[in-house]
Amino acid sequence: MLKKRLIPCLVLRNDIIVQSIGFKQYLPIGKAEIAIEFFMNWDVDEIILVDITATASGKKPNLELINHISKKCFLPLSVGGGIQSVEDAKNVISAGADKIIINTAAIHHPELLQSCASALGSQAVVLSMDVKKKINGQFEIYLNSGKQGTGLDPVDFAAKASRMGAGEIFLNSIDRDGMKNGYEIDVIKAVSDAVRIPVIACGGVGTMQHFVDGILKGNASAVSAANIFQHMEQSTIVAKAFMKKKGIDVRLISKANYDDFEFDELGRVLKSPRIKKTWWY
Amino acid sequence: MSQFIIIDYSVSNLSSVKNAMVYLNCDVKISNAIKDIEQASALILPGVGAFGEGMSNLRNLELIDVLNKAVLKDKKPILGICLGFQLFARSSSEMGLNKGLGWIDADVTELKVTNDLRLPHIGWNTISVVDDSPLLKDIPDPNFYFVHSFAMHDRPENTKVSTCRYGSDFIATIHKENILGTQFHPEKSHASGLTVLRNFIRFVEEYHA
Repeated sequence: MLKKRLIPCLVLRNDIIVQSIGFKQYLPIGKAEIAIEFFMNWDVDEIILVDITATASGKKPNLELINHISKKCFLPLSVGGGIQSVEDAKNVISAGADKIIINTAAIHHPELLQSCASALGSQAVVLSMDVKKKINGQFEIYLNSGKQGTGLDPVDFAAKASRMGAGEIFLNSIDRDGMKNGYEIDVIKAVSDAVRIPVIACGGVGTMQHFVDGILKGNASAVSAANIFQHMEQSTIVAKAFMKKKGIDVRLISKANYDDFEFDELGRVLKSPRIKKTWWY
Repeated sequence: MSQFIIIDYSVSNLSSVKNAMVYLNCDVKISNAIKDIEQASALILPGVGAFGEGMSNLRNLELIDVLNKAVLKDKKPILGICLGFQLFARSSSEMGLNKGLGWIDADVTELKVTNDLRLPHIGWNTISVVDDSPLLKDIPDPNFYFVHSFAMHDRPENTKVSTCRYGSDFIATIHKENILGTQFHPEKSHASGLTVLRNFIRFVEEYHA
């Protein structure tokens, strides 16, 4: 069985990992390589690294940083921010990323998805969309850290991107970012149901139950979050333990005994077992 | 110490594989120089990309004859990963019919999935070991990271395989004498994947012993 994936999203701002709130406020967390080292030991299935300042400041992807952190990242690493051409995409892959994430450039020039897919294969091309709910309840894709509307409907654009060769969709909600009130389930479900490529839900996770909702209600193939994972020991192990209790098929690491966790109804940990840190070799 | 050459044919996750081999204390080099391939103890053909482009890159680098000699005549151990593994087949139907290296009697075709399954097949899936192979010894967990839409489906003759199921069964690993391959990405499959790579290194050391 294909497992449902849990993916921490590391948000980079000027090469420092930050916590993002509403795409407006940013709290510094620390260095990317340290965060990745932790997550490697905490059962995550992949890692997403997004540089939110690259495009706005006209910078190219930081290949040196990608190269550095990929040296000890034995999990799939998706990298976004500042990718504007096939050349950029190839450079990011050569530097050690497994997938490229394109946001702004793909919205402006969807044919970039096609050229990246034919050069790197669809599986390496992730379309990222940041969406906002409009007053009429419809959703719209926004650019430039949520400042600039596009008039584009995320469901239509997802279908188009999929036809152009995108292999996955990373769907983030601007309204939910840092709000801890759960995923924007309606848009996740609408996009997931409209395409056959996997959808990664992001934005708004505040409790472990929200991951479960993203999969069971939003029909996402993978669930991602940033802030919730940053301030809690073994956060991703706890998340997986909870997802498993709720019947979701997640990848189990034999040495961490998931069944020994106890949760309250919100997914807060009541009892956690000792986890032997012998898994990683 | 065995010298491993990761074959550089332009569009690949070369550094990921190299990083994993370096982590396992391996003498490893990325190269497409004929001399390096000829002198290597073992080869790795990694892969991210499309089949047609992969073959045409090998052709443009004039590596096909070199690889045929190294693998079929000199019998050097080779590990193919994902696309690199698929190139071992006779052909692939990805974006038109393309001829492969033909070392394994199999054809690469699109995964046969029902409408409720998404493609590409991305993520962690469980393999079933059909025949024991040194490649799959002592794996801590049978889940590996896959990213692909195409695969070999039928077990070729004289090969040891493991399979994985996504819609229908496909080949997850193959072992035929000195030719080994994985459809999944061992370099991205955490401890289980590193175990597979370590097994390949041991296989090479014992092969040359």
